Amino acid sequence: MTIAIEVRGVSKQFVLRHTRSIKEAFVWLMKGRKGDLSEKFHALADISLEVAQGETVALLGLNGSGKSTLLKHISGVMLPDSGSVRTRGRVAGLIEVGAGFHPDLSGRDNVYLNGAILGMTEEQIDERFESIIEFSEIGQFIDTEVKFYSSGMYLRLAFSVAVHTNPEVFLVDEILAVGDEPFQKKCLARIRELADAGTTLVVVSHDLDLVSTICDRGVLLDHGKIILDGPVDQVVARLRGAA
Amino acid sequence: MNHEELTTPGMGGGLRDVVRSRFLLKLLVSKELKVRYRGSVLGILWSYVKPGVQFVVFWFALGVFLGMNRNTENYPIYLFSGIVLINFFSEALGNASRSIVGNGGLIKKIYLPRELFPVASVWVSGVHFLPQLVVLLAACLFSGWRPGLAEVAAAIAGFLIVALLATGLGLFFGAVNVYFRDSENFVDMLLMIATWASPVLYSWTMVRDEVAAPVLAVYQANPLTIAVELFHFAFWKPTTSAAVTDQAIAVPPDLLDFWLPIGLVTSVIVIILGQLTFRRLEGRFAQEL
Repeated sequence: MTIAIEVRGVSKQFVLRHTRSIKEAFVWLMKGRKGDLSEKFHALADISLEVAQGETVALLGLNGSGKSTLLKHISGVMLPDSGSVRTRGRVAGLIEVGAGFHPDLSGRDNVYLNGAILGMTEEQIDERFESIIEFSEIGQFIDTEVKFYSSGMYLRLAFSVAVHTNPEVFLVDEILAVGDEPFQKKCLARIRELADAGTTLVVVSHDLDLVSTICDRGVLLDHGKIILDGPVDQVVARLRGAA
Repeated sequence: MNHEELTTPGMGGGLRDVVRSRFLLKLLVSKELKVRYRGSVLGILWSYVKPGVQFVVFWFALGVFLGMNRNTENYPIYLFSGIVLINFFSEALGNASRSIVGNGGLIKKIYLPRELFPVASVWVSGVHFLPQLVVLLAACLFSGWRPGLAEVAAAIAGFLIVALLATGLGLFFGAVNVYFRDSENFVDMLLMIATWASPVLYSWTMVRDEVAAPVLAVYQANPLTIAVELFHFAFWKPTTSAAVTDQAIAVPPDLLDFWLPIGLVTSVIVIILGQLTFRRLEGRFAQEL
């Protein structure tokens, strides 16, 4: 078994900062650092997790349990306060569909821009361009500025770029609710295809029925701690029981 | 299916990563250029109109009313060759300082070398610098400018000093701006001073005649002063005549063999310090934005 993601003893504290200016920080220093300048809370508390290559894992939990924060650590957007995160191969995150899309650029320009942001090379995008357009069903609107797209078209194009990045590790956060039902089905089929081809998947979603059809393994988080790690059905049942 | 080593995500190689992501840099720059003048009638012409108007204002106020036309030969060329460089610096540093906060939505969600954003800002300003350079060259040729190898090299060195300086300061203030939004206001103030703290509107001899030697040394060590004088050397000096302008002090003595290396070294130090600060601060960008 080759490990794709290794999370070891990761803790993360968030600072709820009260002050945003040098003036307030200065006043606080002058007063002899009385009181706490900021309030802290643990988003992740000593999390350890290993994901093997080709595994499909669902991160589950209620709002604020640290799922998205963990995903951001795996993607490298955030760095842990303590502990370590290591990954093998290229990690691509569908952390939010369309982050990096610019409304004033055409669909075509956005495909290139977003593809490059997600780590594709120029040749890869050239090669997959037709396939991206076809999958998104955007058709003749590809040269229209994205701001004139309907929200469905926008999401379809963004999703299409993301699933064409062919990473070794694919992180998906709460984006499976894109487009109409036929398109959703197509997306799910594509994600399963990736999983079957050996891509490691880490999915965050509140749609429990949906994740249990995609993922084999479930990890339940609560207040930044892993409280259950097992087959997805078991974890979903536990979460439902608790809620 | 692959036998790569486990690596730590989010640990970039700094500016080296920018070189590796040339394609993304190119796309970010072309995005900025496309988006900049969207919905405006004059479009890219604004890149000519703004410096043009600025030039006319300074020319009237300083050249005509304050008499700079009388004591400086070809003052319009003297003025414009400095202005284009300071404009490049102002735009580059101003935009680079705002680039991290401005791209916060992306930085919070996807990992990519964040140095790309300040570097792209400087690059975009470099593109906007070109039309101004064309106007400057046209004016110079019209005034009998015949450059030699030294002039061309001096111009390139001047541009390089400013580009490195703007990138270094941009990395520094861009990163600090995430934590303290005061940073961008500080930069605005700095840019206002920059125009006057280098011999753009007046000549360096006016400073020499008024201040003590140590102060003059500091003034001359300012990389912007060095870069502006290099531009004067490259574009303005060849258009002057020995009968009117004292060639020995038209630009500061030892400009090429002493001040130029100092300017380059200072800029390189600034870019290293900027990069180090950026690396220290970038780990918490995603949660602070």
